[in-house]
Amino acid sequence: MIRARGGQLSGGFRVQRWTRLSVVSAAVTVAVIVVLAVVPFLFGADVTEQLTSLLIFVILAVMWNALAGYGGLISVGQQAFIGLGAYGTIFLTQHGIAPYEAMILAGLGAGAVAVPTSLIMLRLRGGQFAIGMWVVAEVFGILVTLDAGLGGGTGISLNGLDVFAPGYRQAYTFWVTLACTTVLLGLVFFLLRRRIGTSLQAVLDDEEAAASLGVNVVRSKRVLFVVAAVGCGIAGALYLANTLFIQTTSVFGVQWTAYMLFMVLVGGLGTFEGPIIGAIIFYLIQAQFGDSGAWYFVGLGATAIAFALFLPHGIWGAVDRRLQLRLLPVGYTLRKLDTPASAGADPAATDT
Amino acid sequence: MVVPMSTLLEASGIAQRFGSLVVLDGVDFQLAPGESVGVVGPNGAGKTTLLSILAGSLRPTSGRVRYEGNDVTGVRADLRCRLGIARTHQIPRPFVGMSVFENVLVGAMLGRRQAGSRAYERALDVLQTCGLVDVANRRAADLGLLDRKRLELARALATDPKVLFLDEIGGGLTDAEAIELVGTIKELRRRGIAIIWIEHIVHILVQAIDRLVCLDAGRIIADGLPKDVLADQAVIDAYLGASVT
Repeated sequence: MIRARGGQLSGGFRVQRWTRLSVVSAAVTVAVIVVLAVVPFLFGADVTEQLTSLLIFVILAVMWNALAGYGGLISVGQQAFIGLGAYGTIFLTQHGIAPYEAMILAGLGAGAVAVPTSLIMLRLRGGQFAIGMWVVAEVFGILVTLDAGLGGGTGISLNGLDVFAPGYRQAYTFWVTLACTTVLLGLVFFLLRRRIGTSLQAVLDDEEAAASLGVNVVRSKRVLFVVAAVGCGIAGALYLANTLFIQTTSVFGVQWTAYMLFMVLVGGLGTFEGPIIGAIIFYLIQAQFGDSGAWYFVGLGATAIAFALFLPHGIWGAVDRRLQLRLLPVGYTLRKLDTPASAGADPAATDT
Repeated sequence: MVVPMSTLLEASGIAQRFGSLVVLDGVDFQLAPGESVGVVGPNGAGKTTLLSILAGSLRPTSGRVRYEGNDVTGVRADLRCRLGIARTHQIPRPFVGMSVFENVLVGAMLGRRQAGSRAYERALDVLQTCGLVDVANRRAADLGLLDRKRLELARALATDPKVLFLDEIGGGLTDAEAIELVGTIKELRRRGIAIIWIEHIVHILVQAIDRLVCLDAGRIIADGLPKDVLADQAVIDAYLGASVT
């Protein structure tokens, strides 16, 4: 446990950020990513496709949680950026850009659109923001419908990926998805560990107190809003690559928000681990009951209500409360080196 | 001290109206560098509103606020904090999801713009000044009132202020606790931090101030040496005579 990161402070204090548990969990995370990376070599295209869907859900859940759980921004309109990512990819491939590059660019484009959008939307609070975002999504959807080049309302296919054999295409899409998931989750983790993460936590607890201590409240929220837009944009592009056909009603539909809400509430709002667990559960339910028509939605709704009633902090929220498990080292703990061994070594080591 | 040699913070013609309710009605106020001023007045006199206007969390209906010679009336609270204006809240507002140490780090990292071990060192120093080292890793939500008050003070100090606003930091404490707190505040005064301190516990307040101001119904009715203000008939009528102190 005595692994000083950063310098030692006066009086034999130091600040600990990584715990043994978080080092282990970071190592496990890397191992999981490596194992996932070899999946296309071991399994068929159907398994690869399923895992691609799962990772897209993970991205979406993590992004919705970043907004709601870390920024207090409950959005009913993240499908605005899912749709922009998907249709942005179509638009860019129509203009001669290779599909996988177009997907990344479209995701970043969704983030670029989010900047001016945030100037208006972040003036709204609570329910106004939530519903306002839904309006934004509907407006973006209608604007896309008006463009005949993007297939109008009837839908459009992604061209350009057919140069690859189906098995290879599925594998490439999976690797791109895995890379995007890793980078986006890493980005959220990085932000939470940095100064902006501390700002966001302060803003979430008490905006006015945060401002009185020097936190730029709106800028902190804007960073999250843009990051979540990029994440949802890339998820939309990946969804397109996985299904190859989209309609405005499917990618700009409010059902995406229902899915994200389900995953985050079941997994645990405001925890990093929860949305990943929620995404896996949602994926399993969908794989098992997705073909059951209306009963599938009844089941989803009943599950969500059951969680709201009996496990309101979600699965990881309950685990965290009971066991104080923090796999992710985002906090700061003040430690004093007061064990006899280190106290004896201290005067020699630090000559003050 | 009644006429400051130079002015750190100056409010002129401050008025605050919420609809037809007049909370502040033409307040003029000056604070010299390193000066310590107490503010008393009955409930509803506008004391906290005045602090919020000086700290930037409230825009006055009319009037100007100048700080170090610059007009800061339209400057946001977070930017004023970075300029050296810090405050505590009457009802403590800790960040309940964080530890005590992390709460103080917010002030050091965001208000003082320090990073890494310099921010840690600053936070540690402030925790020691305020007597919070032993509870550094405790959740702020689990603190008792005295430690919450100390945490309000510690967070504000971590921003390295030139002027500190204390809003009833002694309120709700026992006399022994309040006396301990006043010791900390005297120490801050020795370090040269200017202080504006709203407090109902007058015998505690007068130990740590150069000047006393009495607000009543949105106006300053007395401003001068503490003993003169406390002997002023208008102050006695408005405040001391009307409440148990």
